[in-house]
Amino acid sequence: MKALLLIAIAVAVFAAVPLVVHSNVVLNFLVVTLMIALAGQGWNILGGYGGQYSFGHAAFFGTGAYVTAILQVEYGVNAWIGFAAGIVAGAAVGAIIGGLAFRAGLRSSYFALVTLAFAEVLRILASVAPITGAGVGLLVKLDLRAQSFQFQSRAIFYYVILALVAVSLVIAQLLERSRFGTWLIAVRENEDAAMALGVDAFAVKLGAMVLSAAVTAAAGCFYVQYFLFIDSGIAYGTWISIEALLTPIIGGVGTVFGALVGALVVKSLGEGAKLVTGDVPGLDLMIYGAVLIVVIRFAPRGLVGAFTDARERLARRFAAPRPPVREAVRG
Amino acid sequence: MLSPLILISVVLNGLLTGAVYALVALGLTLIYGVLHIINFAHGALLSAALFAAFFAYQKLGLDPYVAAFLLAPAFFAFGYALQRFIIGPASHGDDRNMLLITLGLAVFIENALLYAFHADTRTIDLAYGFKSIDFGFTFLAVPRVISFAAVFFVALALWLIMALTDTGKAIRAVAKEKLGAELAGIDVAHIYAMTFGLGTACVAVAACLLIPTYYANPRAGNAFVLVAFTVVVLGGMGSVPGALIGGLVIGVVESLAGFYFGESLGQVGIFLIFIVVLLLRPRGLFGASA
Amino acid sequence: MVESLLSVEHVSRRFGGLLAVNAASLSAPTARITALIGPNGAGKTTLFAVISGFLKPSAGRVRYGGEDVTGEPPHRLARRGIARTFQIVQPFAGLSVRDNILVGAHLRHRARAAALAVAEEVGREVGLGDMLDRPAHTLTVAGRKRLELARALATEPKLLLLDEVLAGLNPSEIRDVVPVIRAFCARGIAVIMIEHVMQAVMSLAEHVFVLAEGRIIAEGTPAQVVADSAVVEAYLGHGAAAKVRSANVH
Repeated sequence: MKALLLIAIAVAVFAAVPLVVHSNVVLNFLVVTLMIALAGQGWNILGGYGGQYSFGHAAFFGTGAYVTAILQVEYGVNAWIGFAAGIVAGAAVGAIIGGLAFRAGLRSSYFALVTLAFAEVLRILASVAPITGAGVGLLVKLDLRAQSFQFQSRAIFYYVILALVAVSLVIAQLLERSRFGTWLIAVRENEDAAMALGVDAFAVKLGAMVLSAAVTAAAGCFYVQYFLFIDSGIAYGTWISIEALLTPIIGGVGTVFGALVGALVVKSLGEGAKLVTGDVPGLDLMIYGAVLIVVIRFAPRGLVGAFTDARERLARRFAAPRPPVREAVRG
Repeated sequence: MLSPLILISVVLNGLLTGAVYALVALGLTLIYGVLHIINFAHGALLSAALFAAFFAYQKLGLDPYVAAFLLAPAFFAFGYALQRFIIGPASHGDDRNMLLITLGLAVFIENALLYAFHADTRTIDLAYGFKSIDFGFTFLAVPRVISFAAVFFVALALWLIMALTDTGKAIRAVAKEKLGAELAGIDVAHIYAMTFGLGTACVAVAACLLIPTYYANPRAGNAFVLVAFTVVVLGGMGSVPGALIGGLVIGVVESLAGFYFGESLGQVGIFLIFIVVLLLRPRGLFGASA
Repeated sequence: MVESLLSVEHVSRRFGGLLAVNAASLSAPTARITALIGPNGAGKTTLFAVISGFLKPSAGRVRYGGEDVTGEPPHRLARRGIARTFQIVQPFAGLSVRDNILVGAHLRHRARAAALAVAEEVGREVGLGDMLDRPAHTLTVAGRKRLELARALATEPKLLLLDEVLAGLNPSEIRDVVPVIRAFCARGIAVIMIEHVMQAVMSLAEHVFVLAEGRIIAEGTPAQVVADSAVVEAYLGHGAAAKVRSANVH
């Protein structure tokens, strides 16, 4: 299980960070980065492994966030239970959107459009509905106790999100080795051929959508606990739909570590730009847009993909000589 | 009991707004019909054009209807370059990559506008901007009446281009059968770029028509374009009559919905129409099979 | 008489104004090779699409193993044991040969290890044993055809629909694949093949159906069908049968 070992090493490295670094600024940066990595891993399950590109993952992030917040603020529900409920709610929204979209046979651009539309509808509804605080948003009461899923020390938040990301990495790894994952990848590569081989494409895509939504919803729930505030623009805004898709695309779609690598790169670029030119609105997303274009142009399989390609090329250069012509023609 | 005159006024205004929706949708449907991609950057391009129209008035003193003659070719060239040098080469022929590229462009352009010009809303004050024409049973704002006429002029011009010029014929050939067109010697990359340029030029004209009564800010185009997406999906991807008729229909629907239910819910209504059409009949009223 | 595994009864399929398949009936017995031939555009692939669940018929029934399976989706039919290859090969381009076949093997084997073992065995059987690790898109046309076969075979079918599996192969490649197909019957698999390569049809098929303009115009042994004047006319045009006969006389 070489891959699980790799995950363990990566997690261990990340876990060591708060022991060496005490700057709150850096810890905050890493917490946000890991949260985006989690949201991105959710997208990756549907988009990377499943090949269905959603432009509206905010629908799940926001649902997770709002459910967690509303349960605590309006109904006094325990934060941890709220967290679990948020994930379930996000998964349910995924089931509805996926069920409708895949039953209608929507693929590619049409699928992207419909997911975009659903996210926008949710955003508008949240911006006017009283239960979500309408234009003002929701504030979760400060209560720095573990029972309330709030912690005095930023480091503990860091470990919580790291644990969540670790789980998402393991999920991706298990997906790759499972029958469901193999079927999902087959559907991505060629849906008709997969169906001819007995794969129930609808069920597989729907399952991936639900899992994907759950993981991204978890990121939304975490957002609320960390920042204690949510409004329609944050919960269902295009920023998270974009960041959730950007990180795995840049890091490497359909890979275990792609979302994490992508999040690190993207967030670092954003922070770096801010350091150089100051915190002007629009700068970070501008860079993200440019990076997306550049990556698709020059490394469509993302950084991890490019790394794997380079490694394969090197391996072939040092491999055994080419087989005799007769064998190659037999084909 | 609502006076029928008010209702007529609401409907007429819907038609006038709808005409501009139709123009924006026209650009979108043209691009889809030929390149078979959904141009997610359309909204950002509209925002950029709105800023251009705004600055043309503010810095150069150009009346927007005059500026249209300057901005249309400028944005045509911009669109041509975008497709020829960025979108085309980056797509590697994969549908999904093109989605991402146009999304990337959208994000880049919108945020570049935000970075450069900040989020404040800019409007212009045309001397005759608030004048209305008295039609007897109702008053209609002058700029909006001009827009209505202009849109049909543009649609006619496009139709003439498609029917009579060599480029137009080449565009139609590529839209129908790309491989065949290529084999016949048509430079497909050039035609793609021409089409994208035309679509962008439509957006530029729409911006000039809008700026007297609308505003410029980095997100302005988005709001408009999501309605345009609905029009295109309803009218049928790639169908020009679909875009025109669909635009007018949606304009009226939006006007009526906004009148009865208020603006936000009106917007949700448009989106719901969008989703329902996508789920039940993705090829819309006049489009080819999805 | 051998029992029919598959029975297609008066199946029609309409596309708008075009009647692509017109009340076609055919049957395929277990462990035998049946051929479906006919000029281009006759509707053969459409008929296959109906049998394999990719299209619903406008009229008619499809019976498999005695049960009415008309209109069932492809994946359900695959689970029942109907497998097909595609006329235009559709490999999972980004995956290795082994992983391609694995998808098929997983239909009957949930565990990865078991499925991989089956995939490797099937890969070797069709002659791709030394290419299992190669990306599918690097295979030649002949290799991709073998891969199509391997994937379908890995689902452990009882009925195999082969759509022009010999198209694009040179004579020596055809000579290599024919025994592989014949071996399927030895394992009890029924085969229906759409084929234009007549030498293969003559040597492999025990029963032939001829489809022209959507209708079955003849059926019988290969020798019978080839001599049938309606068949000659369908391929060579009106009046051709008479010309052929008069040419033979001289």
